[in-house]
Amino acid sequence: MDGVIEANALTRRYGAVTAVDRLSFTVRPGRVTGFLGPNGAGKSTTLRMILGLTAPTSGTVTVDGRPFRDRPRGLRHVGALLDAHEVHGGRSARAHLSALAHGNGLPVRRVEEVLGTVGLAAAAGRRIGGFSLGMKQRLGIAAALLGDPPVLLFDEPLNGLDPEGVRWVRGLFRSLAAEGRAVLVSSHLMGEMEHTADDLLVVGRGRVVAAEPLSVFAARGGGTTVVVRTPDPPALADALRAEPGAALRESGDGGWTVTGVSAERVGDLAHAHGVRLHALSARTASLEQVFLELTAEQVEFGVPQPPGPGPGHPVAPLPVSGREESTR
Amino acid sequence: MNAPASVRHLAPPAGPTRFRHLIRSEWTKLWSLRSTPYALGVGGLVVTGICVNAARSNADRLDHGPLPPPGAGADPAREAAPFAFDALGTAFVDPAWQLLMVLAACLGAAALSGEYATGLARTTFAAVPDRRSVVAAKAFVVTAVLLVFGACVTLTSFGATQALLRDHGGLSLSDPGAARAVVASALLAPVCGLAGLAAGALVRHAAGAAVTVIGVLLLVPALFQGDTYRWVRETGHLLPLDAWVTLVRDPALPVPEKYPATATEAWAVLCAWAAAGLAVAVAAVRHRDV
Repeated sequence: MDGVIEANALTRRYGAVTAVDRLSFTVRPGRVTGFLGPNGAGKSTTLRMILGLTAPTSGTVTVDGRPFRDRPRGLRHVGALLDAHEVHGGRSARAHLSALAHGNGLPVRRVEEVLGTVGLAAAAGRRIGGFSLGMKQRLGIAAALLGDPPVLLFDEPLNGLDPEGVRWVRGLFRSLAAEGRAVLVSSHLMGEMEHTADDLLVVGRGRVVAAEPLSVFAARGGGTTVVVRTPDPPALADALRAEPGAALRESGDGGWTVTGVSAERVGDLAHAHGVRLHALSARTASLEQVFLELTAEQVEFGVPQPPGPGPGHPVAPLPVSGREESTR
Repeated sequence: MNAPASVRHLAPPAGPTRFRHLIRSEWTKLWSLRSTPYALGVGGLVVTGICVNAARSNADRLDHGPLPPPGAGADPAREAAPFAFDALGTAFVDPAWQLLMVLAACLGAAALSGEYATGLARTTFAAVPDRRSVVAAKAFVVTAVLLVFGACVTLTSFGATQALLRDHGGLSLSDPGAARAVVASALLAPVCGLAGLAAGALVRHAAGAAVTVIGVLLLVPALFQGDTYRWVRETGHLLPLDAWVTLVRDPALPVPEKYPATATEAWAVLCAWAAAGLAVAVAAVRHRDV
């Protein structure tokens, strides 16, 4: 089946800054697509270009084969929540949704229906200005659902939601996709997408870093990390020195992590060199790690790393300083 | 791939696209803000109140014998001229109607700047990608509401002031110049509203848009007064405040300036400002990113 959203060399420049750089991707129906990237990677600009709010400098993006701006009315084609704060605080939730429904010729009963769906029925008559961020997110989701569209876009929809709300939103995305809709959800946190997305579209500095099913992306983690505890780290370093590709790092909690070697091989080498081990375990790299490594070079607003051994630093004469970055 | 064959639809299928849907949407937006009825209600009362108060105090003074207007004695040219009381002018006291212009312009500006400043514009234009129709619907609602508002204020002000001045030359609608003044005053609010809409589209910031349109409508005219240079005065005639002043003048009284505009020119100026306001708003909203 063809994609519902097709971007072709989509580019947007703001003066000297290229926010989105020749982005090409496809979002398929019946799937939740996680749109991931660090802050400033161009996610929001891309979503605005899909909706025709921002004009591309070059390239095209279509929804159902047509540029979205060519449609006279949008709600039945694409539902979108870009920023929950983008509402007029002086109106009630009901008035806000009614204005949107009227403009698209939708029956007013849809307003009460979507308010019920997102759990805001009791607050329908209250002014939006008094809403918490979580309530505004729910209102934005309600607005996106109004026209019962086959395509849904959500920009950072989990911000401000309580754990119950997060669980509800994830369930909602899954069920929307199960109904055959295309659901594109942006986030800068891999953890938010891990249990929700079928496909991933990872961007960094406006470029596609990865576009593949979540399972394929997870396999990129490939190499496992071995966690070791030993009373004699220098001896362990000696034991690993001859092993090609092996790297030893202190994990900060008194333990050590070894990358580039299997847990079995670490055990064997320790045994051969007579190094005592108190703990030895293998750990699969998390998606978050894969994501961080992939986007590390593309971080727009990164803090410079302090000098010291980075990932993959070869076994050095001990003591090895430096910290393991994430061993969750 | 586990995509089901089709989406389960909750909403009824799309009907025809109608402009009246957008008018209803904009109507809902305008009246769902509490400030709208308050501003129009209070504004209408203040404008009418100032004019009625002026009529009442004028009637009071004229009851005690016709006095020359203040300052007339200092001007030897006017001293000889017979004193003519301007009853029509009492219904259209300048500061009161400038207040009405401010109110109408701010209402028009807020219709667009309110959307841009809050970011609501993105929600609006994602729901209705046809931006030109959205602006047209806004202009329609703003114009209609301000036309009714302007007509109510004008008729109340005219009726009340002229009734109070019935013994001192108060006019009725059938008198020369009266109907013209009433129609021009009723149109003043929607013209300013459309100018405000253009300011809202260009400036996109609530306070900035209001200041811009007030500056253009009320402060700029002050730069083009005086009879010294003909071109200065004629440039001034291109502004809506000036056009309105021309149209509410009692044609029976002498014209108090050297280079007056004709009524036809003044009507054309009001129409041009309305049309230009709408055109600028549509063009700015269409061509700029949201």
